[in-house]
Amino acid sequence: MVRVITSALRYRAALQISPLSLALLFFLVGPVIMIMIMSFYEFTGFMTVPDATLENYIELFTSSLTGVNYLQTLKMVGITWVVTLVLGFTLAYFLVFDLVELRTKLLLFLLCVVPFWTSSVIRMVAWVPFLGKEGIINKFVIWTGISAEPLQFLLFSEFAVFLSYIQIFTLFMMAPLFNVMARINRDLIEAARDNGASGIQILWHVIIPLCKPGIAIGTIFVVSLVASDFAAVSLLGGQRVGTVSISMIIQMNMAQYPPSSATGVILLVVVLLIVGGIMRMVDVRKQL
Amino acid sequence: MRKTSSDTSKTGVSRRSLLKGTAAVAGVAAATQLTGGFPTVWSQDIKDLTLRSTGGPWSHFQLLENMANEDLDFTVQLTPVGLDEIQKRGLTQTGSSDLFEPAYLQMKFFWPTGKFMPWDTTKLPEWDKVVDLYKAPGKIWPDAWFGQGQNPSTVSYTSGPDTNDFVEAGSTQWLTAHPVLHNADTLGIRPDLIGRPIDSWAELINPEFAGKAALVSFPTIGLMDAATAFEAAGEITYGDKGNMTQDEIDYSVERLIQLKNDGHWRALWSAFNESVQLMVNGEVVIQSMWSPAVTAVRAQGVPCIYQDLKEGYRSWTTGHVLPNHLEGKMIGAAYDYVTWYHTGRVGAMFARQGYYVVTPDNTRKVLPEAEWDFWYEGKPATVEIYDPFGNLMEKPGTIRDGGSYKNRMGRVAIWNSTMDENKYLTRRWAEFIAA
Repeated sequence: MVRVITSALRYRAALQISPLSLALLFFLVGPVIMIMIMSFYEFTGFMTVPDATLENYIELFTSSLTGVNYLQTLKMVGITWVVTLVLGFTLAYFLVFDLVELRTKLLLFLLCVVPFWTSSVIRMVAWVPFLGKEGIINKFVIWTGISAEPLQFLLFSEFAVFLSYIQIFTLFMMAPLFNVMARINRDLIEAARDNGASGIQILWHVIIPLCKPGIAIGTIFVVSLVASDFAAVSLLGGQRVGTVSISMIIQMNMAQYPPSSATGVILLVVVLLIVGGIMRMVDVRKQL
Repeated sequence: MRKTSSDTSKTGVSRRSLLKGTAAVAGVAAATQLTGGFPTVWSQDIKDLTLRSTGGPWSHFQLLENMANEDLDFTVQLTPVGLDEIQKRGLTQTGSSDLFEPAYLQMKFFWPTGKFMPWDTTKLPEWDKVVDLYKAPGKIWPDAWFGQGQNPSTVSYTSGPDTNDFVEAGSTQWLTAHPVLHNADTLGIRPDLIGRPIDSWAELINPEFAGKAALVSFPTIGLMDAATAFEAAGEITYGDKGNMTQDEIDYSVERLIQLKNDGHWRALWSAFNESVQLMVNGEVVIQSMWSPAVTAVRAQGVPCIYQDLKEGYRSWTTGHVLPNHLEGKMIGAAYDYVTWYHTGRVGAMFARQGYYVVTPDNTRKVLPEAEWDFWYEGKPATVEIYDPFGNLMEKPGTIRDGGSYKNRMGRVAIWNSTMDENKYLTRRWAEFIAA
């Protein structure tokens, strides 16, 4: 079964991937390079001067604010990751192993996609009538006498941001997990059971190891989506949560494009390092 | 397509008067075509031109675009984007538009780039009708307050046709920006939820409103509002709240963080609609607001007052800046457009929205007397007051909040500004957000 790769085949393959490669080159690599160049420009306080300087990076690494912002961002990434992983895994497990009929599986899977029928901003704003001071939950809380005052932590808080992350990003964890789980050979589970493995042991020694590529892909999604999010922190966090992306927005509002670009480059590097680490630990290609 | 509705309604009179203005402007090439006195040749020539303008949603909307295309010989295309986006596009993609309408607080970012050319006041036929705020000595009326911070006249002039400096108001004929609109912001309150009179900026930081107050998230503006409150509460006296020293910034930010830790700030908002929703949903009962935002809250049946305060108003203004890439006839079209903006019809339309175009004398010629009295004189409405889109706003007998034009624009305590310590301020503000 040795396949001889002729130059013609190789040529054809190159041709096939060229549209996507070109699009990525122009619309992803190009802008990123421009941001990198911008990050070395000088910012005088009002003006951007095209002049090579390391000042933006020196300032970034010596400011105590950078650490605070990254801690906040990593905290948001970490908590969201844990919750979406548990939820995503459970949901995928239920769909794949507990349901028998394929139609029900697909129907319920599609149900999980319903929130994506509308724009992300609307998905977030839709929380306001639920969580607000005069929202449904607070009306209930006051009506039942659980609290005399409306619960303020529900909206414009970290809690609200997490809620939105979990609502939206669980699917990104669930979908790849669903995919890998569906491919698990049922014979392996039968064999484990025949050999006397308990349910927990099957889960721990058979299913989870086989799910690793799905977990890895889901993690890459969740990490990069949370680390780059600005909308939820702004709309549901009331801009009171200081993440890396918020600090970039503040700098951009004040026309400080070079320092803001430097912040962006470092954030990109951090996210790429995390993604690279995941890729080293798990062979994602296995799933493909 | 945009032109279809306009061709029939063009009136020779208004066009001709505008063309007179253009004739002087359009540069050598265009001017030679006009020497025979055949405006039709000119209009044939500019018919295919499209003038693109990028500005805020408060001025870049369909109704204005339709009006422009009815009255002018070329096509006008308006693109509404947020204040931050106007800045981003203006500074980094200047070629993407033929006019930008930044706020004057952004002029220190725009003008020194050298990407824009000055307007020549001698070629702006309505320039003498523009209020004195944009001329020496920077007062809209002789008895008006000059205001702290960046009075518009201080960033309005440059020394020559190819310069990018700022010079004393009125010392040259070269304008950095051609003024478009101005208005004043103040505290918006929910009278039903507060239940007592409010008369000072100090109320913004009153512990009574802990968890019920909001702040603008734009760093300088949020900081200036807070500073106005700290000063009104007698905590500190600033040298210039619109241009603070590092010590003054430190004090203000420390206090902001303290208030944040006490749970004072319910939220920070960055867009018009967010400020409206915060009030409508009862999340917030006191925050600084734009006058039309207050109107928008009331339009949803929720009581809201644009509160006149004893310390005065925080004011802003916007202007058109002219990118360098324009040449010949396009420059002529740009001059035509900004001149048309000031001839009255546009002023009347914006008056009904609660804003002021900078040529009130011309606005008055078009705006019916009863509406003028309501919007500009602060008198009780004698007729039903409609907004430009035909929605009923006020019934007879009501008085506009904030009173007359003179009461608002004559009592500007502080101008939206960019401070000398811009960089330091931004970093400290980010610390407040992260605290």
